[in-house]
Amino acid sequence: MRLGEIARVVRSKNAGPFLLTFDVLFADLATFERMRAGGRLTRATVAAAYNVSPNEILEFDWHPFACAVKFSLRRPIPSGAPQDTDVYGAQQHVPLMELEVG
Amino acid sequence: MKDQAPPGEFRILSHGMLGYGFPAASLARAVEAGIDLIAVDAGSTDPGPYYLGSGAPFGARAMVLRDLQMLVEAQEATGAPIVIGSAGGAGGNPQVDWLLEVLREVLRRLGVRKRVAVVRSEMDRSLLHAALDAGHIRTFETGAALTHADIDAACRIVAQIGPEPIIAALAERPDIVLCGRAWDVANVAALPVALGFPRGLAFHLGKILECGGQAALPVEGSDLLMGRLAADGFVVESPHARKICTVESIAAHTLYEKTNPVNLPGPGGTVDLTRARFEQIDPARVRVEGSAYHPAPVYTVKLEGARLAGHRHIAIGGIRDPRMIGQIDRIEADMRDRLAQNLEGRIAPGTWLLTIRRYGLDGVMGALEPVKTPAHELGLLIDAVADTPEIAETVCAMARSLLLHWGYAGRIATAGNVAFPFSPADIPAGPVYAFNVYHLLELADPVAPFPFEMLEVA
Repeated sequence: MRLGEIARVVRSKNAGPFLLTFDVLFADLATFERMRAGGRLTRATVAAAYNVSPNEILEFDWHPFACAVKFSLRRPIPSGAPQDTDVYGAQQHVPLMELEVG
Repeated sequence: MKDQAPPGEFRILSHGMLGYGFPAASLARAVEAGIDLIAVDAGSTDPGPYYLGSGAPFGARAMVLRDLQMLVEAQEATGAPIVIGSAGGAGGNPQVDWLLEVLREVLRRLGVRKRVAVVRSEMDRSLLHAALDAGHIRTFETGAALTHADIDAACRIVAQIGPEPIIAALAERPDIVLCGRAWDVANVAALPVALGFPRGLAFHLGKILECGGQAALPVEGSDLLMGRLAADGFVVESPHARKICTVESIAAHTLYEKTNPVNLPGPGGTVDLTRARFEQIDPARVRVEGSAYHPAPVYTVKLEGARLAGHRHIAIGGIRDPRMIGQIDRIEADMRDRLAQNLEGRIAPGTWLLTIRRYGLDGVMGALEPVKTPAHELGLLIDAVADTPEIAETVCAMARSLLLHWGYAGRIATAGNVAFPFSPADIPAGPVYAFNVYHLLELADPVAPFPFEMLEVA
């Protein structure tokens, strides 16, 4: 199964003009814990999905209070600068949504 | 105040983006319930560097006027002060002046007089040069240290002020505080902090309220959001008759637009949600307690600056021929070589930058796009940014004509390669800016650099 079929929310957004932040929200703690234990949603797998090295994935963390996983990525081009493609950073979530998580 | 708050409870109505609108019924219900503060966020870095760089306001004037007029009417009904942060989008002086002018029109229409405290947050360049020399400017999320050249290159630099300068203004009991760039939390938290409510709770409530109704369900358009703050916790609710706040919607919003949802750094310290507890007290309301605040050893404000990056000229076209789509990378590379040859001796390299976005291939994600298979048609956005509008126009026009007639391998459609929807195909798109200052400034006094000016506005 892909992450988009399991999670309730998969989104990307600017966290300031220099970072993109990604949120994955699950419907309940059971799904959250299953995903955390599953080992298919990790710093390494999201790095591979975005074709970056794992050390470029910032603050990858599981947050039980929101049944959420979160990480950030430095923007290839700062928001709104020449060559940027997505000023709000809100359409960068699809490789995460399509990630195979079992 | 007509509608006295019950002892121990402080009611805050928040509008997350001035000019985005909200249902009149939501405001009416909030007024009926009683309000002690109307907190309004009017800006963000989200729409990009253009607004800070140019000084142009973000948002349609008619909509900003509409929202502001309704909120001033709510003030007339309740007596609640209004605190507006990040005027005009970026919070620079031209945007503060612009919003003040809109406010004057609102007050003229309503025939009322208000005491307005204006807190500007545009920074004096000489102060920043001195701070840089003194080692008081820290590297932040750009990953690069600030230079004197960056300070000089910026069209405008603002500081994102904390609650302290707003608290100083509120001490004079203005009806309205209108701020330059401000931490969105400060609009909500300044007054309750001044009244003695704990910073951890006030700041966390500010974080939840800053985007207005986005933390209530169903999310359908922009709306208002209410917070009831007490000494030991706060309750979040929607003033909309059919919207609810759930633990999930509030917790989800806590993640939004920040890298770490548990430790939220701001001017002067960090909001710590490690021990925050969220409780559904009824089907529509969430109570939160346990949010803490840790002052930082040194007070800092975030600096934001934008420089002029050039002038833009664009052309939009589409390609339908699979023979061309299949070799678009090669065609673009060859075209760029020819373009450079054509411009040689006329336009210096380094004075222009050509970006060709290929929608249907990697136009949205650029370098981050993992899918390499193009769609059956490609949208092309030819984007030239150059030192002058004339160079941008030349580069755009040349790239457009080269692509239109490029004789790629295997071509049988020899009349033209690109469908342009417009005549003229090329469009001047104005100046382009880039954030070039995004650093932290250490301040010995969080108030002194941002004095308020009290105006009688009628």
